[in-house]
Amino acid sequence: MTAVTQEETGAEKSDTGEPGSLRAAERSATQTIRHGLRLSPEFRRGLGGTLALAVLATLGKVIVPIAVQQVIDRGLGGAEPDVAFIRDATALCAVAVLLTALCGYLMNVRLYKSTEAGLATLRGKGFRHVHDLSVLTQNTERRGALVSRVTSDVDQISTFMQWGGLLVIVSFGQLLVATVLMAVYSWQLTLLVWACFLPLVFALPRFQRLVARAYNRIRERTGDVLSAVSESVVGSAVIRAYGSEDRTAARIDAAVEAQRRAQTRAQQIIGFTFPITELVAAVAVAGVVLAGVGLGAAGSITPGRLIAFLFLITLFISPLQTATEVLNEAQNAIAGWRRILGVLDTPADVADPAGGVTLQRGPISVAFEDVGFAYPGGARVLHDVSVEIAPRTRVAVVGETGSGKTTFAKLLTRLMDPTSGRILLDGVDLRDVRFSSLRERIVMVPQDGFLFDSTLADNIRFGRPSATDSDVRRALTELGLDEWADGLPAGLETPVGQRGESLSAGERQLVALARAYLADPDLLLLDEATSAVDPATEVRLARALDGVIRGRTAVSIAHRLSTAEAADEVIVFEHGRIVQRGPHAVLVAEPGVYADLYASWTSGVHSTSAAGGSVGGGLA
Amino acid sequence: MLQGLRVIGVAIRSEPRVFTVAVLSSAVYGLMTVASSSALGWATDNAVLPAFQKGGVATGTLVVAAVFILGVAVLKALGVMGRRILAGVMQYRMQARSRRAVTRQYLRLPLSWHHRHPTGQLLSNANSDTEAAWAPIAPLPMAVGVVVMLVTAAVAILVVDPVLAIVGFLIFPAIALLNLVYQRRLSPLVMRAQQLRAEVSEVAHESFDGALVVKTLGREDAEARRFQARADELRDANVAVGRVRGLFDPLLEALPTLGVLAVLLVGSLRIEAGDLVAGDLIQVAYLFTLLAFPVRALGWVLAELPRSVVGWTRVQDVIEATGSMEYGTAALGAGGPARVRFDDVTFGYVPDAPVLDDVSFEVEPGRTIAVVGPTGSGKSTLTLLLARLVDPGKGAVLIDGTDLREAERGAVSGSVALVPQQTFLFDDTIRGNITLGLDVPDETVWAALRLAQADGFVSGLPSGLDTRVGERGATLSGGQRQRVALARAIVRSPRLLILDDATSSVDPQVEKRILHGLRDGSADSTVIVVAYRMATIALADEVVYLEHGMVTDQGTHEALLARCEGYRSLVTAYEREEAERAVLGADDDTDLDTDLDADLDTDLDGEPGFDTDEEVVA
Repeated sequence: MTAVTQEETGAEKSDTGEPGSLRAAERSATQTIRHGLRLSPEFRRGLGGTLALAVLATLGKVIVPIAVQQVIDRGLGGAEPDVAFIRDATALCAVAVLLTALCGYLMNVRLYKSTEAGLATLRGKGFRHVHDLSVLTQNTERRGALVSRVTSDVDQISTFMQWGGLLVIVSFGQLLVATVLMAVYSWQLTLLVWACFLPLVFALPRFQRLVARAYNRIRERTGDVLSAVSESVVGSAVIRAYGSEDRTAARIDAAVEAQRRAQTRAQQIIGFTFPITELVAAVAVAGVVLAGVGLGAAGSITPGRLIAFLFLITLFISPLQTATEVLNEAQNAIAGWRRILGVLDTPADVADPAGGVTLQRGPISVAFEDVGFAYPGGARVLHDVSVEIAPRTRVAVVGETGSGKTTFAKLLTRLMDPTSGRILLDGVDLRDVRFSSLRERIVMVPQDGFLFDSTLADNIRFGRPSATDSDVRRALTELGLDEWADGLPAGLETPVGQRGESLSAGERQLVALARAYLADPDLLLLDEATSAVDPATEVRLARALDGVIRGRTAVSIAHRLSTAEAADEVIVFEHGRIVQRGPHAVLVAEPGVYADLYASWTSGVHSTSAAGGSVGGGLA
Repeated sequence: MLQGLRVIGVAIRSEPRVFTVAVLSSAVYGLMTVASSSALGWATDNAVLPAFQKGGVATGTLVVAAVFILGVAVLKALGVMGRRILAGVMQYRMQARSRRAVTRQYLRLPLSWHHRHPTGQLLSNANSDTEAAWAPIAPLPMAVGVVVMLVTAAVAILVVDPVLAIVGFLIFPAIALLNLVYQRRLSPLVMRAQQLRAEVSEVAHESFDGALVVKTLGREDAEARRFQARADELRDANVAVGRVRGLFDPLLEALPTLGVLAVLLVGSLRIEAGDLVAGDLIQVAYLFTLLAFPVRALGWVLAELPRSVVGWTRVQDVIEATGSMEYGTAALGAGGPARVRFDDVTFGYVPDAPVLDDVSFEVEPGRTIAVVGPTGSGKSTLTLLLARLVDPGKGAVLIDGTDLREAERGAVSGSVALVPQQTFLFDDTIRGNITLGLDVPDETVWAALRLAQADGFVSGLPSGLDTRVGERGATLSGGQRQRVALARAIVRSPRLLILDDATSSVDPQVEKRILHGLRDGSADSTVIVVAYRMATIALADEVVYLEHGMVTDQGTHEALLARCEGYRSLVTAYEREEAERAVLGADDDTDLDTDLDADLDTDLDGEPGFDTDEEVVA
């Protein structure tokens, strides 16, 4: 996009291999820009025309002041003012000014169009990749910080792309023109001026590194602020219930203060480095005066030329200052780019296989073969799990907290990949199955059924967007939830609020279940999916599910062992291993983990068995 | 424009000292800019020209010239430095101040306000809106300096030639007019872009929040499309802003040059007429060229103003939002378990759809009450009212005879501890999550953890109490999170402990131990527990049975079992199902299914369920 980038990209081509230790920092910066530009091809769209317009606008900006200078000198320089000349020249200048403005306008519009398109693409790619990351990676990132990567970090780039990028071209153009003009007057003095500025050119990258670090810190601190604010908003109920507003406020203040300090620090660095060009310019001017006098004594320069040369130095400084400014802004953009690239560079460790298999729909068989799993850097939580789940069976998975049930579920839905062994779906390794096929065949209902801020019907339709309202209604009816839905203020059109918070936790679970059911998978995995639903509804739901689920496989993870009693087979987990397997009737009769669990559960259910039992019996 | 000046006024009033010094630095810069040309002029007159004319000059004069030039440059550099750093200091202080004010409101405004405002929007208010609001401050000192410079220059030019001055300064009303048109055109576009920016953030936030659902239902592409649609709208809005900016920026830049040209033209005519000498015109023209660049600084401020006003308005909307909870002056009782009373309480989140309808009941101090009812009957809402997270629409909630609305600030949260159904943990340590800043020794924390049956897993964590749990407790399992949340309530020895199905993710055995521990250890608390499990209900002294937001019965578990049909069918559902299974065997239960379903439906809703269902399907 910019001259800098073009140049540096050109230089980069020679050594795309190992990073050279000397150029490491610059390399990473240019690579960031290069990579960023490659991600959004829109940035290059119509670049030629925009560049041409930029050159014209630059020429206009450089030539107009000089022309004005000439008008003054030539029109008024003589004894009598040459009015006719002045009139023609000012008219010509005015036309040039307007043409420059026109070029500027056209260039701006082209630039806005291409950069905004590029930024929108960048946002989209970043967003998409966040969803491609595995659950494990997603969980290690804070939501607010992730959001900032596709919002404010991208905004950070826009300033540079729309304002800075072309100013660099304009500045370099001005610098070039000024150098050429200076050389016309005196090549010796031009060399002197360049000699004064050369150390600055070498020092600049060093400053830039400082600036870059400062800007990176700002981006990080901004992420922290967003996280702190997000926490205070999402956790507002708990904060109020525990009266910990002050404490939360203190945490936010700390984040805001850290951000402010980082911003001020960056501003200080820039504030210190910016006027250095001013000082160097003064050194150059003083040097030119001294050297000019020397040259004059030697007769190689006239006083008029020397004075004109001094004027040209000012023409030389201002683009240099602008360039410094723009390079600072570039650091800001790079900081933003880096954070988006940071997302995109994070490998989607659980990825959709290229050329994956699309499986036939229908009864599904699942096999775990010696599956083991450990969280990165953690101990193994699943050991040598081998189990087959036959088509059309209802399987219950039970065990204490931390025994590996949820890990089992996450592996089965390929939210994570096993660290050893493999999982087969109809004989095909899960890692070779296309995501679209996998998600179509296996659907999990998690315990916390997240709902989107939309209507009830939209949420149920989420897993199958093509479903009509009557499909939604039929699903609810088949699950026996239609009366509940009709009882809501606006029926299917009831807005559920953010995260579904207008509904109770139990109701959210009902929606999540209906959503999964409507998606019509071959295997339905229920992970404590009805834990917040009242017992009568739960039993009714379980029966409704039993009825409609025939032909599919159902795997339920549940605390309530009534689910296990109804299942064809029970899998019992303990300490990451499967310790028992079989129908409820068999397992409950043999001593072991399951019998203990069952005894504990029934003692809960039956603790009032005198009354409850007789009533139940009476009803039956 | 006026509004924009008001925003700037607020900033200046908030940081008068920083602003003053920044403007002074800017003035130093301006003066030194002028001085640098006179330094050069002095050097030319006293060193350069004599050197050429006389063929030599004293070394002393040369040194003085060099020092003069360098000295002025150093002062100018200091001016720039001061101006830029202080402008930054001011801008970031204002930003931080707004961020604090906005987030303070987030913490102060009631839950109902939060329900109406999406998280993404609130994040945007605290982030990009505050940023936009104070963006014009960065070039402000420079602009003020420029205004001073302009006035000085105006006086200088007026002295030289009033007619030229008038011609030249016509350019400034023109700039002002152009700016006015500019802002009129730009403001609505910027407003829209800023709104869309918030919406993009909203979609991203919601989508990342529901990442698990998106993933498990394979909806990544659809979500990406949804986000892209918003991002594209933002793109179009930004391009629309860009078109206007792209037009007016070059025009504003061209105006001063056009002014110089006008001065030259008029000036030359006046010279021809003999009203002016060439030297004066040259002086005026130079003054104008000198001003042309700094005038741009004014343009920068003016160009940022529309966005600033929009950001400021959006921030101000939050800061001025009313409806925060009012507090009274009454203290709630000092020690011992609380007495709780619901007095004809009616509450709804939306008008005409009461979630609780005329609810009245009373709880004696030290008693344990179970609140039971079908899904969606209003149990959780009842707990929110008890903790005064919401206020009743009608009626009153009283603790120890005091209406909660009359209790002083902090009194309710000091006496009542609610463990909500949906656990929320902070991105903090285990200890921080339990104490929430309360000054309690570690032994007390451990005691609470023991009671919550969480001491085992916490002591197994790598850093024990100092282990950070990640955002929303992401590194812990659901059951672990619930137990930490439970310990958070217990550690406060509240006078009223409310458990809203707070052990649903905990294993039955562990839950049993927790409940027994609570019963034995919480003699000083009144306990209200929302529960379905028989084991939990059995621990309660009394049951309040809710249906469709109304209390249909209240009494002991046994009494309710005997007389309340809805209650009976609800709490015995598992047992009855089990009984069926035991009697008939699990294989051939089709008939019974229907019977029982019909039964349950009758009990719950008062009308047969599946029969009607079939009609609907048909």
